[in-house]
Amino acid sequence: MTQLGSFPGGLLLDGQKRRSTQTAIRTTPISKKLILPMQQHIGEAAQEVVSIGDKVLKGQKIAQANGHMSVCLHAPSSGTVTAIDKQPVPHPSGLSAPCITIETDGEDRWIKRQGVADYSQLSDHEIRQRIRDAGIVGLGGAGFPSFIKLNPGIHHVIDTLILNGAECEPYITCDDMIMRERAKGIIEGIIIMRYALRVTQCIIAIEDNKPEAIVAMESALEKYPETDTIKVVVIPTRYPTGSEKQLIEVITQKQVPKNGLPLDLGIVLHNVATAYAIGRAIIHGEPLISRIVTVTGTDVKHAGNCETLFGTPISELLNFCNTHRHKDVPFVMGGPMMGYNLTADDLPVIKTSNCILVGVDNTSHQSTAMPCIRCGDCAVACPASLLPQQLYWYSRAKDLDKTREYNLFDCIECGCCSYVCPSEIPLVDYFRFAKTEIMHKQQEHQKSDIARQRHENRQARLEHEKAEKERRHLQRKLALAATQSNKEKAATGNNVGENK
Amino acid sequence: MALFKLTPPFLSGSSRVTKHMLQLLAALIPAIIALVYFFGPAVIVTIILAIVVALLAEALMLKLRQRPLMPFLTDGSAVVTAILLAIAIPPMAPWWLTTIGILFAIIFAKHLYGGLGYNPFNPAMVAYVLLLISFPLEMTQWSPITSLADHVVDIPSAFQFIFQGSLNSQIPIDAISAATPLDEMKTQIGLLQTPEQIMQSPIFNSLAGQGWLWVNIWFAIGGLFLINRKIISWHIPFSMLAAIATISLVTWLISPESYASPLFHLLSGGTMIGAFFIATDPVTAATTVKGRIIFGAGIGLLTYIIRVWGGYPDGIAFAVLLMNMLVPLIDYYSQPRVYGDTSS
Amino acid sequence: MLSAILAITLLALIFGLILGFASVRFKVEGDPIVEQIDKLLPQTQCGQCSFAGCKPYAEAIAAGDVDINRCPPGGEATIQALANLLEVEVKPLDDECGVEKPKMLAVIDEDRCIGCTLCIQACPVDAILGAAKQMHTVIADECTGCELCLPPCPVDCIDMVTVTSSPTNWRWPNPTELTTQYKEQQ
Repeated sequence: MTQLGSFPGGLLLDGQKRRSTQTAIRTTPISKKLILPMQQHIGEAAQEVVSIGDKVLKGQKIAQANGHMSVCLHAPSSGTVTAIDKQPVPHPSGLSAPCITIETDGEDRWIKRQGVADYSQLSDHEIRQRIRDAGIVGLGGAGFPSFIKLNPGIHHVIDTLILNGAECEPYITCDDMIMRERAKGIIEGIIIMRYALRVTQCIIAIEDNKPEAIVAMESALEKYPETDTIKVVVIPTRYPTGSEKQLIEVITQKQVPKNGLPLDLGIVLHNVATAYAIGRAIIHGEPLISRIVTVTGTDVKHAGNCETLFGTPISELLNFCNTHRHKDVPFVMGGPMMGYNLTADDLPVIKTSNCILVGVDNTSHQSTAMPCIRCGDCAVACPASLLPQQLYWYSRAKDLDKTREYNLFDCIECGCCSYVCPSEIPLVDYFRFAKTEIMHKQQEHQKSDIARQRHENRQARLEHEKAEKERRHLQRKLALAATQSNKEKAATGNNVGENK
Repeated sequence: MALFKLTPPFLSGSSRVTKHMLQLLAALIPAIIALVYFFGPAVIVTIILAIVVALLAEALMLKLRQRPLMPFLTDGSAVVTAILLAIAIPPMAPWWLTTIGILFAIIFAKHLYGGLGYNPFNPAMVAYVLLLISFPLEMTQWSPITSLADHVVDIPSAFQFIFQGSLNSQIPIDAISAATPLDEMKTQIGLLQTPEQIMQSPIFNSLAGQGWLWVNIWFAIGGLFLINRKIISWHIPFSMLAAIATISLVTWLISPESYASPLFHLLSGGTMIGAFFIATDPVTAATTVKGRIIFGAGIGLLTYIIRVWGGYPDGIAFAVLLMNMLVPLIDYYSQPRVYGDTSS
Repeated sequence: MLSAILAITLLALIFGLILGFASVRFKVEGDPIVEQIDKLLPQTQCGQCSFAGCKPYAEAIAAGDVDINRCPPGGEATIQALANLLEVEVKPLDDECGVEKPKMLAVIDEDRCIGCTLCIQACPVDAILGAAKQMHTVIADECTGCELCLPPCPVDCIDMVTVTSSPTNWRWPNPTELTTQYKEQQ
């Protein structure tokens, strides 16, 4: 396992991580108002189980998982539910979505927690159920429900669990800091995941620009008897090593098949912060109600990592870190390569908010893109071995079939191509546009197919009803005629009888 | 205040079109100095003339096409085209020859196809071929190497000749016209001389043509600098030179009395400028890694075929244009395997 | 002369055989043209094209009786797709049929509804639920926005609302349009 692999393309970027690792993790003060979007994960939105005016305790379930791809949501602090309505949420669209608003009472009173000190008393199914009930999603940034990734199903045998501590995107340090300070908690979570997945080896992958985190994890591992199955693997710093498929190739030298999942290689990958959250949920019975958010950038005076309750308005977090931000200048939610701009700072921190970046060193400016000079730098930088240049031509011409032929959906939107483009063409923007256009077209198509089906069914039904009506009409007519003739017959018969 | 960016990535990469072009120009400087040293300073006059005409033509076309002048005029691409054409044509070419070439390159070969990034053919080479076919006489009057000429044409007389077509009576016509080594080699082999005998002539040294040897070496050094700075990739130059070396080695081994040595071919004529500066023009070259190797090898092969068996002494321009035509096909069939694709 | 005629005839025969064989051997089983046209239509069944639904319009197009520009809900995109399929010129939408507008959904104001079932009978895709004297409601997922339920309603209790976008159905903007917008802002 000493031999490491490498993926195609990628970039060497200036990490810019020192600014936010100078102080220990701080706790953001409890906000007066917490705004909790019902959907903070990939999948279906949760369904609220409280109503306006309800008093809730810290950790109390306020929304129930709804459907298979869904997780629960909990009150991050004690208080009163004041609104259940649409509020602006942190999303590149800037649109609103259903949220539960809680006014906190400042007492921060916990609900009764039910931890299980010995996880082996639970079955793997029970562990997944608890993780789902605790509202745990991948904390790396995508927000995929974690319990699903702990359920490989009967068709796959999993032998390796990889813990992603790569954190390859510049500026972000929340995983670095949690590994430095809460290594023990992470390992507790890993042991539970290892039990639920029945894997034989666990690998904690950390980029070599985080020596403190590597030392912290290694020394914490020494205190555990079963360390031979869990180990730290130091990987070279390169963007985007932290992306799932790329990290797997670095660790195992195998490529996840196109259209396949890591499961197909017998691998499951989780973020280190997710492992910590799972440990808290199973052992201490604490649902996921807060996360560590990196607040950094040139305009942040006290940059660092803050343990922040979900729903805390970003403005309070920025104030806490002493940020000087011009009101109209946008800031970045996420990292500088894959994050998105926000201008309103009254939006809440959610489960996927890993970093808030205010002011980027060496920032790129909006400029008119020059024509593509076909230099091919984008293809060299692409970690998915795509041809961004061709994808760009076809996306721009809205030739969507052609973009699929050039494997548009294998694009991981890492931004490497846009970064290297000498003509400053916003390549990833084009790919995102083409992707959502294709998905929209497919949905429309499905909808129109359903409409056609329903219309045809209706047509058939109407025809059937009409035919039925006519048949009955005819029958009735016949019946009427028959009875009449019968009557007449009977009458004449009677007459005949009488005549006899 | 600088405008903030709307979409990620918010970090800025260092590479820019203008920067590409400037480094390309820097890499050409040593070879231009070598040209001046061996063939006299007239080439400077031609280069300056070419740049001025190119910028004017570019500005005119941008205006006509209603494009913003600023980012395009300063992107350097017109200057690069101008310099490449100016060093490809004879240093003492009359002003109208240079002007016609540049106008054709910028107006027809570049802007009528849609401007920067859209032209399928290398503009400098299109213009070169146009001039070569239309004005064969003027295009083959190459200056003799200064060490062999009785007279070195200085800048004032170069000016006079280029713009007025006349020379001081003291300067003999030989001072402005002599056969190039490639020309000489071709003619003499046609007269059944062996390369060994031909290379006894004073315009050759032991490896290749006098002067041309060093010009090619300096182009190669400039090219290696570009590869080092990641302005160009190694694939096209390498495969092109390898193709020339391979085919000339094979023919030379089979029949050394009728074919020149591989070193002669590598270090003569436009081999190095072609390999590092012309074939690597990103707009008109293949874009995939595999495609670039095929593209380069094709240029090398065609160049050799045209030089040895064709009607012209050098074949870089024709070879580049022929391969430009094949680029869409090459690109289509040389797509890389997509990440995790196990189907093939 | 004779040999030339023979040779040409023979060649013609051979090529004819090859072509005939190829047409049988490599025949592409495609949908009949009506089905293909019907697939491109938006299936709102609104009748704005003056036909009773999308299928009849498709049949009429296939027969060459009508133009391809009579579908307002499909708009420009549908005309473009039909033109591609049928290899004819793109035409602007026929404004006698209506104008292209964003997709709408019918919503019944349940306070005003008297339960007459007229709209239920009008709905071409059975997207309205209800019974006589009972309040009716529209199944939003099935509504095609055809507006056919509006005229029969005796109390005007049906409103058309635009489909609101949410983070889940939001689409990334076209960067080309974005940059031009951006320039205009300056």
